[in-house]
Amino acid sequence: MRVALFVPCYVDQFYPKVAIATLKLLQRLGLEVEFPAGQTCCGQPMANGGFEHYTAGCNSNFIKSFSGYDHIVCPSGSCVLHLKDHLHDEKQEAEADRIRSRVYELCEFLTDIVDLQSLDVSFPHKVALHQGCHGQRGLQLSASSERVVPFFSKPLRLLQMVHGLELAPLDRPDECCGFGGTFCVSEEAVSSAMGLSRIADYQQHEATVLTGTDMSCLMHQEGLIRRKQLPIKVMHIAEILSGS
Amino acid sequence: MTYNHHKDHSAAAAEFLVNKERVQWHDDALWFVRSKRDKAAFALPEWEGLRTQASAIKDHTLSCLDEYLQQFEQNAARNGIHIHWALDAQEHNDIVYSILARHGARKIVKSKSMLTEECHLNDHLEQKGIEVVDTDLGERIVQLNDEPPSHIVLPAIHIKKEEVGAIFHKHLGTEAGASDPQYLTNAAREHLRQKFLTADIAITGVNFAVAETGSIVVCTNEGNADLGVHLAKVHIACMGIEKIIPRTEHLGVFLRLLARSATGQAITTYSSHFQRPAAGSEMHVVIVDNGRTTQLGREAFRNSLKCIRCGACLNTCPVYRRSGGHSYHNAVAGPIGAILAPNLDMKKNADLPFASTLCGSCTDVCPVKIDIHDQLYQWRQVLVQEGYVATGKKAGMKVMAAILSSPGRFSMAGKLARKMLKWFPRLAMNGKLNPWGRQRELPEVPAESFREWYKREHGK
Ligand code: SF4
Repeated sequence: MRVALFVPCYVDQFYPKVAIATLKLLQRLGLEVEFPAGQTCCGQPMANGGFEHYTAGCNSNFIKSFSGYDHIVCPSGSCVLHLKDHLHDEKQEAEADRIRSRVYELCEFLTDIVDLQSLDVSFPHKVALHQGCHGQRGLQLSASSERVVPFFSKPLRLLQMVHGLELAPLDRPDECCGFGGTFCVSEEAVSSAMGLSRIADYQQHEATVLTGTDMSCLMHQEGLIRRKQLPIKVMHIAEILSGS
Repeated sequence: MTYNHHKDHSAAAAEFLVNKERVQWHDDALWFVRSKRDKAAFALPEWEGLRTQASAIKDHTLSCLDEYLQQFEQNAARNGIHIHWALDAQEHNDIVYSILARHGARKIVKSKSMLTEECHLNDHLEQKGIEVVDTDLGERIVQLNDEPPSHIVLPAIHIKKEEVGAIFHKHLGTEAGASDPQYLTNAAREHLRQKFLTADIAITGVNFAVAETGSIVVCTNEGNADLGVHLAKVHIACMGIEKIIPRTEHLGVFLRLLARSATGQAITTYSSHFQRPAAGSEMHVVIVDNGRTTQLGREAFRNSLKCIRCGACLNTCPVYRRSGGHSYHNAVAGPIGAILAPNLDMKKNADLPFASTLCGSCTDVCPVKIDIHDQLYQWRQVLVQEGYVATGKKAGMKVMAAILSSPGRFSMAGKLARKMLKWFPRLAMNGKLNPWGRQRELPEVPAESFREWYKREHGK
């Protein structure tokens, strides 16, 4: 099984520790993981801004970098959803198609492909899980609270395998944090207000750690938390699951 | 009763957010409605099936809308209802006025109708010296306060009861400082009763128009549509072309979904069926296009016409709850408004599809399964291609695309960005021009990127 690691551009630059944790976690599970050096970005920043027609370069570079792998794993639900929905290339549509069906968000991969049943890590803290919307609603990483379906949550199930970890129950378990790509600057006031109400929810339930499947949502909330100097540590789920 | 068109959504929302206490309360009030909706939906194990059915019925109806509209027209005419067709808002207003003029009507009572809001009927009639009284309590409050509704189901949700007290004190002469909802509601009831008794003509909206029977259904919680219609000699019902459903039995799907989605009630207090005028009175139905056939022709946006105006997507929207309905400067606010408004005027409403994080809660809550957040994404593409976004943004996006499509350029730019942040973090933070830093710190800059680390570790 050839597994490729896709590291979102901003994780590569600002959160290398998250990519390292993802890599180590996958390696510890006995997987051989490669990091294709030519990779850059999934193209979402342009596309969500209305510039999908500028993403052809990103798309062909992505296909060039990730052709031939059995699975492509990425520690971001948002980037994966974008690829699944929008990775196309007129010149190599068959390959684009193949990649779209083989790219996985980390928790999805650990659940559906690896079929992980237990983890030998401990993390004795009270943790709030922020469900990134694109992963949750788009990739169906967990049941959304609007839909009348039996509850499930892949990230939550994985966190439950961690020894000593206590999950903070939340009043609004899947409300958007307000990051939203360029939204976080073009609608700064709403974006920050949304983030602050998520944080109030974590505090209300005495969480000392905030985690999630998307570093972008976490970066925004961490920015708010650090500005207010609140006692909440922000960690990507890969960091907790890998014991790093 | 017009919006401030000079402010885009972001600026108007920022203004709304200044009053933190109000925002908190607005957010809580709407979240409470959303929670009631959840309880009602989860009480029906068949909920998702109902949504699928409702969506399929609407899809089918839209695919042969012309036939169902004609069928409705024939059956309604057979029932003695006068049918009028209006191409746009102007024609709609002219038709309504001509009916009023023919009867020499001066006093009108109107129950809630988002279509007449969309057409600005009140302004039109008031200019002609006609008194129009909105009889839905929330609508009456915003009307007295000379502002448009901020929500399609809860028109005065942005106004606190103390403010209602002040508005009623000024216009209805209630005691100064009163804020008891019971007292205020009674005062409104008293006031409206006089209006009902003296009205010449009643105008209502339409929730559903049944093609096979030629009848219309109006859903209210206050019974104000019935009261108006039964006391006046003439009833004018205004509907968009998308209100058609083929058969009466389909109401069994839609009525179950509508009230549960809107307020968490099992059904609206009144679901009033109007099939023919009472002896000695007249009934008119004005069927309005006003851009709907254009939307029908836009494949990516067609199914926005499935909307039954339940308001659930507004209640669930984390952006709407924190920006208030008026920030959408359109009769229909919130996520559904943001995909309907650009159809009416791309230039004026180009900001709305960007007033979203694309979280998708609207799509999951929508009882007729409109893919709202996907349409927001699609509208962004259309608006950019049609040239409705700032050129600066375009240039920036081009640079970003060039950097992100090349590993070499990406590594270099990344290095540069990290250096800049390290050197000038405070500058970037405090600059008035940097919206990120207004309430947020930037991430701490790592010494090396992942790819640099990987290269070092793996010697490649
Ligand atoms: S789009 Fe859907 S949720 Fe929103 S008002 Fe219309 S029917 Fe209701």
